[in-house]
Amino acid sequence: MATVATTEIEKKGVDWNGGNEPFKASWGKLMMWFFLLSDAFTFSALLIAYGLVRYSHSAYPGELEKFTFSLDWWPVPEKVFDAVPFMHGVELPLVFVGIMTFILIMSSVTMVLAVEAGHRHDRKDVEKWMLWTILGGATFLGCQAWEWTHFIIGTDAGGAIDIFGNKLYGANLIQNQYGPTPFANFFFFITGFHGMHVTSGVVINIIIFYNVAIGIYDRPHRVIDPGADRYEMVEKVGLYWHFVDLVWVFVFTFFYLV
Amino acid sequence: MAEAQKIEEGQIPKPNTAWIWRTFWILFAVTVVEFIIALALPLPKGVKVSMYIFLTIVKAGYIIGEFMHLKYEVRFLLFAILLPMVFVVWLVGALIVEGGSIFYSAY
Repeated sequence: MATVATTEIEKKGVDWNGGNEPFKASWGKLMMWFFLLSDAFTFSALLIAYGLVRYSHSAYPGELEKFTFSLDWWPVPEKVFDAVPFMHGVELPLVFVGIMTFILIMSSVTMVLAVEAGHRHDRKDVEKWMLWTILGGATFLGCQAWEWTHFIIGTDAGGAIDIFGNKLYGANLIQNQYGPTPFANFFFFITGFHGMHVTSGVVINIIIFYNVAIGIYDRPHRVIDPGADRYEMVEKVGLYWHFVDLVWVFVFTFFYLV
Repeated sequence: MAEAQKIEEGQIPKPNTAWIWRTFWILFAVTVVEFIIALALPLPKGVKVSMYIFLTIVKAGYIIGEFMHLKYEVRFLLFAILLPMVFVVWLVGALIVEGGSIFYSAY
């Protein structure tokens, strides 16, 4: 009887009259998707506001080799982000941010591996991949802390000259050596907001890792949401973690490359 | 579901991870291409920017479609997530034009 009813629904398309799941997803997963949609709007708004402010400033008019920092034009990102830890004074444009991108993509991969292991109810594998993911997230945060420190302290040579003729060193919310004030402000806000998401992602991953490790998802009575698998929490935090990686892909393009 | 039921209680199925690593290599290759465009190719800025945006959307597609599994969800869920993004497209157009206008009125 049950199989006959399912095939009838499949023939007619989705039935919205209740008593089934038109989205074929559990309540918790669906709400995670809608939360991520709203978060995507927040990040879009930040990045588009960056675009607006950037377009309302002059671009650097000259040749790239002769580029200097100035309050008169928006800086070229590869001239700002060219430092790498332990390589003091060496110009390596975008290398460090490339390493950070690789770390975050790698931790996204280990997260999918954890979700895949969760589908198989393989507790050992979930533990292993969740730990790698947490490690990747923490490493990314460490890199970001270094990047912020370097950005705030600035370069030895300094940069732009302010309206009183003083050379500027480093960056804060009032002025910065790289160019117009909003450049540093957007750097702090956009990478900071993303870093906050990574931080909360790491914390949530640690909580779920703890739950997996003490065997909560191996108890049958854990199923609160009837449509959900026992290990579905791993999948839900996985969605959040991939979203954080996704946002970084956009931040990388619009802040570091363009 | 029928496949899963064949496996005995307490027995863990073999991992199926080939698709994950395939997606990883695609993402990695696209990022490498972005670096080559940024540092090695002498192209006009406009061409570079449009290539970056295209490659970013390719990467986003793989992350959302494969890693977040949206490609394999029900069509309704796919559209419920993707269609609202139209508002973002509108905002990009509106605010970039607005930024250009501020620039022309200031200089």
